[in-house]
Amino acid sequence: MKRYSALSLVRNALGSNKQWDRAWRSPEPKRKYDVVIVGGGGHGLATAYYLAKEHGVRNIAVLEKGWIGGGNTGRNTTIVRSNYLWTESSLLYEKSLQLWEDLSQELNYNVMFSQRGVYNLGHSLQDMRDIERRVSANRLNGIDAVVVDTAQIKQAIPLINTSATARYPILGASYQARGGVARHDAVAWGFARAADDYGVDIIEQCEVTGLNRDNGRIKGVETTRGRIEADKVGVVVAGNASVLATMAGLRFPVESHPLQAFVSEPMKPVLDTVVMSNAVHGYISQSDKGELVIGAGIDAYNGYGQRGSFHTIEHAMAAIIELFPMFSRVRMLRMWGGIVDVCPDACPIVSKTPVAGLYFNCGWGTGGFKATPGSGWAFAHTIAEDRPHELNAAFDLERFTTGALIDEHGAAGVAH
Amino acid sequence: MFLIRCPWCGERAETEFSYGGEGEISRPLDPDALNDAEWADYLFLRSNPRGAHKELWNHSQGCRRWFGVNRDTVSYKIDSTYPLHASEEDGQ
Repeated sequence: MKRYSALSLVRNALGSNKQWDRAWRSPEPKRKYDVVIVGGGGHGLATAYYLAKEHGVRNIAVLEKGWIGGGNTGRNTTIVRSNYLWTESSLLYEKSLQLWEDLSQELNYNVMFSQRGVYNLGHSLQDMRDIERRVSANRLNGIDAVVVDTAQIKQAIPLINTSATARYPILGASYQARGGVARHDAVAWGFARAADDYGVDIIEQCEVTGLNRDNGRIKGVETTRGRIEADKVGVVVAGNASVLATMAGLRFPVESHPLQAFVSEPMKPVLDTVVMSNAVHGYISQSDKGELVIGAGIDAYNGYGQRGSFHTIEHAMAAIIELFPMFSRVRMLRMWGGIVDVCPDACPIVSKTPVAGLYFNCGWGTGGFKATPGSGWAFAHTIAEDRPHELNAAFDLERFTTGALIDEHGAAGVAH
Repeated sequence: MFLIRCPWCGERAETEFSYGGEGEISRPLDPDALNDAEWADYLFLRSNPRGAHKELWNHSQGCRRWFGVNRDTVSYKIDSTYPLHASEEDGQ
């Protein structure tokens, strides 16, 4: 891999930018791999990268049915934070946040990680009690978090409506200064390029149509580009987790839902941080291009169609205008939907399965983007060692049988 | 936005309805006899198919009755809606 640097920019500019290498190869699938990762999103590529880097596995393929960066990785609102309530989830997301902080240097790819801070607003006495509790829990877990009052919010975000007569008055917020946003597709491209440099075969336009098993052990996968044998198979397919689980004869506790987001026309900088509100249910940041990036909750029904209902968008927009009345005159440019797989406890599954050599990483629901490096890091460990790392041990499939759920739903005061 | 045909009220906008998840999941008749795996299956495991899906909806802003819906989870097309019990079909 030719490293990207200021010098390489100059050199290639002089060559009319015609000499850049491809960021990753486009190899034909081999007959057999040590590890096959199903799903070439951020989590899958990160898994392959850390498998190669941390665990010395070299013979790896990542199978992607579409193209790199075309799924949920390129469809989210790019918010990164780690201020979850419960110890299990906060430590996993914190690991991820720590990886984010060095990711651009590590991958030699600018993922534009911008730690511009994340506000989670409280609009009622109970919201504020929950925020105080969560901030205290975060600090006990070594995660930066503070409670800020209305005046501090107004000072930091002059546009926000802090009127006491608002329908949902802003009473305060939690603030995580190390949170922020990243360029989502750069994350996929950066991991793809770095994994490719370790010899990982990234195979696009290759859909898995079957999981071959023999005597309770995984043997490989059937794909639209032929059969591929593998000693181990890791499945990281977000919204399609149930489809893949069914291929292995398993039933999963996830349901797939559309999650919509939208961006406005580009504007001059007006919002230099991330604002989220669970009570009015919307979240907003401004991209480096100047677009307001807005998201909301899932559509309630099961869906795989990568689109949702209009009233869900309307609801999110109403929430944003409640917070920022000035944005009522901003025109929206595009909207889209991704398919998220949601667990009953709103926590992921990063786990072995009853099939030996088959591993699943799914159920990240509406908040998977922030976990991309940490998820890949923990899943790589789980696959390489055939046992979970202590950071993801609690996120096993068994918890739905034992009842040891991690009830993060709503408890974090933030859904995303 | 879906147009959903409530078996009693006719076609109404999706915003009048609440989604109730996968349909045709029977409550265990003898709960004491279930082991942990069977409870997990009843409480948490779902078929979540990509395609035809039998599901429950409630006309929460209308007649407030539950009914079944056959819907495709990819095209989102609703094929049919139906009362959950035969005794309801005459509008009782």
